[in-house]
Amino acid sequence: MGKPHVVIVGGGATGAALAHDLTLRGVRVTIVERGEVTSGTTGRHHGLLHSGARYAVKDQESAKECIQENMILRKIAPGTFELNNGLFVAITDEDMAYHDAFLAGLETCAIPYQEITTQEALQREPNLNPAVKAAVEVPDGTMDAMRLPLRFLATAQHNGAVIKTYTQVTKLLMKDKTVVGVRVRDHVTEKTYDIGADLVVNAAGAWSDKIAAMAGVHVPMQPSPGVLVAVYGRWNNMVLNRMHRSGDGDIILPQRTLSVIGTSSWVVKDPDQLEMKKEHIELMYKMGAMLVPAVKNAPMRAAWAAARPLIGSESGATTGRELSRTFKCFDHEDRDNVIGFVTITGGKATTARGMAEVTANVVVEKLGLDVACRTREVVLLPHTAYYRRGV
Amino acid sequence: MTEVTFKIFRYKPGVIDPPRYDTFKIEVDEQMSVLDVLEKLRINDETLTYRHSCHHGSCGTCGMLVNGKEVLACVANVLALGTTEVTVEPLRNAPLVSDLVVSMEPFFNKYAPVEMPLIRQSEYLPEGKPSEEVGSYTRYESCLECGLCLSACPVVATDPAYLGPAALAAAARVVQEPRGQDVPAILQMVDNAEGCWRCHSAMECSEVCPNDVDPGSMIMYLRQHLISDKLKHLF
Repeated sequence: MGKPHVVIVGGGATGAALAHDLTLRGVRVTIVERGEVTSGTTGRHHGLLHSGARYAVKDQESAKECIQENMILRKIAPGTFELNNGLFVAITDEDMAYHDAFLAGLETCAIPYQEITTQEALQREPNLNPAVKAAVEVPDGTMDAMRLPLRFLATAQHNGAVIKTYTQVTKLLMKDKTVVGVRVRDHVTEKTYDIGADLVVNAAGAWSDKIAAMAGVHVPMQPSPGVLVAVYGRWNNMVLNRMHRSGDGDIILPQRTLSVIGTSSWVVKDPDQLEMKKEHIELMYKMGAMLVPAVKNAPMRAAWAAARPLIGSESGATTGRELSRTFKCFDHEDRDNVIGFVTITGGKATTARGMAEVTANVVVEKLGLDVACRTREVVLLPHTAYYRRGV
Repeated sequence: MTEVTFKIFRYKPGVIDPPRYDTFKIEVDEQMSVLDVLEKLRINDETLTYRHSCHHGSCGTCGMLVNGKEVLACVANVLALGTTEVTVEPLRNAPLVSDLVVSMEPFFNKYAPVEMPLIRQSEYLPEGKPSEEVGSYTRYESCLECGLCLSACPVVATDPAYLGPAALAAAARVVQEPRGQDVPAILQMVDNAEGCWRCHSAMECSEVCPNDVDPGSMIMYLRQHLISDKLKHLF
């Protein structure tokens, strides 16, 4: 008997990590992605390796996922992260009012931390706002938004996964209530063809409801874009965060010789229509300067928007801030009586491996396999291996 | 808003073959990059293919020729080009895949064997200096692996065996900051007729590099390093 075949729709962080997990468990995997890999939301994120501290008060489920995955990623992707830690700083009295709840949240979520003096904070980050009232160091890091998923893809490809870029799903092939494959349009050859599958996983992120609709089902996913601004100059070496409930422009990440200020948050219906809001760029500059005054005059490298796929409430969100950053795996057999179709959405780049583990557990059980997850231990190939298919 | 005419190179092997240029007129505001324009055009034409990921000049995937010059489309502001007709074409000196997409496989086959670590020591901040007792910080290497330098290099254009500016610049980084890599093996890799001695010092690579890696000067650094090594061994 041959290996079962799973088609993954979406070549972002989630699809990449899932392809890696499933190939290690002996499943034959094909990824179909309408553009370049990581060209949707994945490549455009901040590049934050979350410690979970950002969610430690209001969204503890996500916070716990983040710290757990943070520690695993350090082991399986050595050499990929700038491990300079993160600093949460209180600038205003309002921030100070959050201080105790913040430390309690870090304790609850088992996120290691160390409170440092404001004097030490300013020694270590000389460009930090001198009005700093308190500073807490956490194990945040930074990643290259594209190169970590490339390591998952490279390893999956090495283990036999087929990755088809510029290949857009136009239809889910159905036999009665069972999904039996996908019809795709190859944008290079302009040919349309069918790919059969024992199971199809919808990992299309902010586009996952569009894919689900092809099976006549719906996933409660709310595309929630945010604006990010990259300015010239590496103004800090640690990730700087405001010590308050996550809000607009309250984080600055160093990235190569740039600093990235983020983010804003709103909600849209169509993730392909992300209008750039000029006032959000101004807001990033204004709020970013609360953390590091010098960014106010730093020339802009780029401003861009990325659509987070958040698990939405059916009643409708307004800004996206009220939605959890956790993820959800939907088995459409249980939920909608559609067989052979699973959706994984929500989550973050930091938690992609964990999302993949949960999803792969569901997938292998449905395929009648009994193989354990190995992605907590297997060290990933370098990102350059992704491009070197002939080697 | 300003109306700009975009002439976009289109090619699909066996389908749009030979290539042609498609013309689009589009309203552009002062924020829009060439990549933003491509994203808008793709909403109405899903067959338009191009590489992109980070949208802020960090991943290095959206290298292309805009008005004949190598740029990252995401940081190429349209109105700053100063022309109301903009031509967009794929990078040179790389196998053409489709429309604006070229294969990066030959690039990485030359670049990856250098095994330049991704993480380097951070240099000081632009203003202020962390105090001495602060442990060292790290940051990513500046090279984005975008391939603009190979596209612009006149030697790569005529000699496919040439190692090329990106791999040579990476080799120079390893020599400067080895981080556990095998420096003698790297030097051996570049010390030959298809390595650093093949460069004609046209410096086009440094001209187009979007992240100030300055491959041309890095190649000269390698040559000086090798010469001084050889002189030392004479005595």
